[in-house]
Amino acid sequence: MGVRTWIDSWPVYRQLKGTDPLGRGAAAKSGPSARLTPRVASADRVVKSVCPYCAVGCGQNVYVEDERVTQIEGDPDSPISRGRLCPKGAASLQLTTGEAREHYVLHRRPYGTEWERLDLDTAMDMIADRVIEARRAGWQWEVDDVRTRRTLGIASLGGATLDNEENYLIKKLFTALGAIQIENQARV
Amino acid sequence: MAECHPVGFQWVMEAKARGAKVIHVDPRFTRTSALADLHVPLRAGSDIAFLGGIVNYVLSNDRYFRDYVVAYTNGPVVLSEDFCDTEDLDGVFSGLDRDSRSYDNSSWQYEGMEIQAASGQRDAEYDKRTGAGASVSAAGRGEAHGSGGADIGEGEPQRDETLTHPRCVFQVLKRHYARYTPEMVERICGVPQDLFRQVCELVTENSGRERTTAFAYAVGWTQHTVGVQYIRAAAVLQSLLGNIGRPGGGILALRGHASIQGSTDIPTLFNLLPGYIPMPHAHKREDLDAFVKAEAASKGYWGNMRAYMVSLLKAYWGDAATPDNDFCFDHLPRLTGSHSTYETVMAQLEGTCKGYFLMGENPAVGSANAKMQRLGMANLDWLVVRDFSLIESATWWKDGPEIETGELRTEDIRTEVFFLPAAAHTEKDGSFTNTQRLLQWHHQAVEPPGEARSDLWFTFHLGRLIRQKLAGSTDPMDRPVLDLTWDYPTKGATAEPEAEAVLAEINGYDAEGNPLSSYEQLNADGSTACGCWIYCGVYSDGANQAARRKPGKEQNWVANEWGWAWPANRRILYNRASADPDGRPWSERKALVWWDEAKAEWTGHDIADFAKDKSPYHRPPPDATGAEALSGTDAFIMQADGKAWLYVPSGLTDGPLPTHYEPQDSPFPNLLHEQQRNPVRQLMPSHPDNRYQPSGDEPGSEVFPYVATTYRLTEHHTAGGMSRWLPYLAELQPEFFCEVSPELAAERGLEHTGWATIVSARGVVEARVLVTDRVPPLTVHDRTLHQVGLPYHWGPNGYSTGDAANELVHLSLDPNTHIQETKAFAVDIRPGRRPRGPAAVELVRAYQARAGIDDRTGTEP
Repeated sequence: MGVRTWIDSWPVYRQLKGTDPLGRGAAAKSGPSARLTPRVASADRVVKSVCPYCAVGCGQNVYVEDERVTQIEGDPDSPISRGRLCPKGAASLQLTTGEAREHYVLHRRPYGTEWERLDLDTAMDMIADRVIEARRAGWQWEVDDVRTRRTLGIASLGGATLDNEENYLIKKLFTALGAIQIENQARV
Repeated sequence: MAECHPVGFQWVMEAKARGAKVIHVDPRFTRTSALADLHVPLRAGSDIAFLGGIVNYVLSNDRYFRDYVVAYTNGPVVLSEDFCDTEDLDGVFSGLDRDSRSYDNSSWQYEGMEIQAASGQRDAEYDKRTGAGASVSAAGRGEAHGSGGADIGEGEPQRDETLTHPRCVFQVLKRHYARYTPEMVERICGVPQDLFRQVCELVTENSGRERTTAFAYAVGWTQHTVGVQYIRAAAVLQSLLGNIGRPGGGILALRGHASIQGSTDIPTLFNLLPGYIPMPHAHKREDLDAFVKAEAASKGYWGNMRAYMVSLLKAYWGDAATPDNDFCFDHLPRLTGSHSTYETVMAQLEGTCKGYFLMGENPAVGSANAKMQRLGMANLDWLVVRDFSLIESATWWKDGPEIETGELRTEDIRTEVFFLPAAAHTEKDGSFTNTQRLLQWHHQAVEPPGEARSDLWFTFHLGRLIRQKLAGSTDPMDRPVLDLTWDYPTKGATAEPEAEAVLAEINGYDAEGNPLSSYEQLNADGSTACGCWIYCGVYSDGANQAARRKPGKEQNWVANEWGWAWPANRRILYNRASADPDGRPWSERKALVWWDEAKAEWTGHDIADFAKDKSPYHRPPPDATGAEALSGTDAFIMQADGKAWLYVPSGLTDGPLPTHYEPQDSPFPNLLHEQQRNPVRQLMPSHPDNRYQPSGDEPGSEVFPYVATTYRLTEHHTAGGMSRWLPYLAELQPEFFCEVSPELAAERGLEHTGWATIVSARGVVEARVLVTDRVPPLTVHDRTLHQVGLPYHWGPNGYSTGDAANELVHLSLDPNTHIQETKAFAVDIRPGRRPRGPAAVELVRAYQARAGIDDRTGTEP
């Protein structure tokens, strides 16, 4: 390192001789801070998304690197949110990648005291069997001599946090099964 | 709004910067109040008195927008002589049957005709109109249609455009609200007269040709036994002031979940099919024709209901749906009354409902009377919970409050529980519909981790497995499942269904499979299929319109190339009303759409919510039906008469005009009428864990002297399933607390940051005490009222924990919507932590005994 470089690396010198007399910008930078880049700079791609919390519908940019989500920021293009996110929306990275998320199916047997692991395919098969059984047990062709063609054996709650396409399939499948007790947060 | 929809609130601040006045009416001072010109604290549960007071001010000072009222509302329409108002019958309308707790609305009609509901209950008229139907016992409950569509009888309603006929709606309104004076508002709401007059002045000064006023609300208005009438009161006011269908006007619902609008449009709701087509009720010999005859309107866009319905049946059942089998209309299950989420809880307790799916909802702490929710789940055969983390609804069987009190023992609970991890929004394609009816697509960024899957995946593969297991069945019960079109393309290692293929089905296609571009293309003969008629056009030209993202900066202020709004990408509903009857903007300042005489079409900044080529001077021939029957000035195109309704002749179960009633549990008597509560509010069957409290002057009401209300905070989301597990958010709001005034703290010995125990006839919770000026005492009925503020985000799981405010709330519902009264109830508060174990239950029982509560308390009509 030459003397000149050494002097230049001294913040007070840069503050006195450079363009930043108040020492609030370039003069205050250290080597490491000068080399910092935003964590989104190395992203492989930016995926357009929408905040999953309330119904304002703020735009989100999802940054992906090595097939992992590395950051979620407000989308400045959105005419609704103009790049802003609230504390919840700004915490979306933790919501989607945080340690509190469960990644595997859990099962509690009748009268059981603890969770047990169950693989997804087995769980799906068991659930399908239970739907068929509860549907039959609660089936009503008629009520008070009037045709109803329905079951009161199964019910579903939830949908306001889901996509339109998901709600569509839920309503379609359950209606075809004859289930009518299909509800979501809009009732609450 | 700044608290719960902070990013949306930036537009309120933009308006303020341009000179708008912001008024915040709320029992608590929040981030919104801090930025408002005026904060008006009022007693929770008294808003109809408050809004009715403004209506009275507008009418008695001639501050209404006369030309708008005459042209676009039913103000001039004359009512039948049979109608009696609450002012005549001490708080109830004509037609009340106290035994069945219901109204017969035949006396509410227009002179010389009979109108069906644009929204709400229709079944009562069913038999009369079809001649063949026989209503099953309990079918007389409200049916929310959401989006208009009323039938109108023969002839034309009698009108008096001078608005002076003693029985015209305008004069009826005047009499109805005459006693809602500033003095009365002060005594009922606790709002000083000067402050109230300031609100009236600001609202009326800012309405008319040159200016518009908007109302924004959230569940603070809907979660009441008179919730629909709260919104109606705002609708009456805004229609009188000419603030509907115009830029800067409206009544804006600020909804709290990313797609709660979408889950109403494409409903996971018991009483609706996609696009607000009602679920059929059980009637004898009802076929598709009879259904359409009873439900469709003869005028307006609901006149085409058969096309919407047949296209839906084709989307559901494809080739199996033919003209010969009524397009599989018989495949649809039938309702017999209400089957809402609260009746489902009762069905679980009775043992009828044996299996339960929870998909992104946490009723164990998030629904009213949380204990009843858990007891219902403890009586199931099986429960499937799909969520990100182990929410309370997944773990109540091992660590719920009833385990602690000893009311339940884990070893005795037979419910089998499956927890299935859900995929996040970044891990799936799909669309959300936001609070302004705007569909926005979110693209998949990465694969979901481990066994996490989307709800699209779950529902598709569950259906696939069930169909596989039932294949070959000849049982007619299984026909609808086996006939279902269920062949969506899948992708990737997990066989994720293509969300865009589902969107294409929602949009609809013609007989050749080409995507449709407008619901006007839908046919009633089975040649089109469409999963949700109001969403038709979202996939026009085979392109995903919801994924459009032309930057806002490159568009005008309407920005209609960002996403896609239903219907037909129109951004402001009923915007024909932004122009005068001749089609000219009411003022240049408030121009939105207008009639271009040279081109003979509607044009403007937004897409007109009106037939593009229908001249303002068009008058339909007398025999016209459906949309053809709308005249060039019928701006409210989904209504049977094309008008905004100041008065609702049919469709609401609890009256044609909003009237102040006290909440189910209230420390005060109704000052306006002998009738204390909404006489037709919906109560649940008697249950020891859902007791109601004495109110007003009834003995025992002094045991619960404080009004409580629940609400949200910026840093958490609803019942906490998406926020209490996030360290960032948990650090910002680490635990449950209650907000009380310094005066209440002194009265009850509560210490700031100490503990308080809050008790109702349903339950007991403990909360940290926040002593604050933000919930000021009010003078109501000439005495001091203290209110207790309860954010409701908590439960025992996650990083940020606390008791659930919903333990305190009863199940008594708005009779139209079946929504619970969470926003105004009565409690007691005392210092210190709540008792543990069986002592907690004993404390609640002791309060019940002290207040003299039994199974009849608070249940009279």
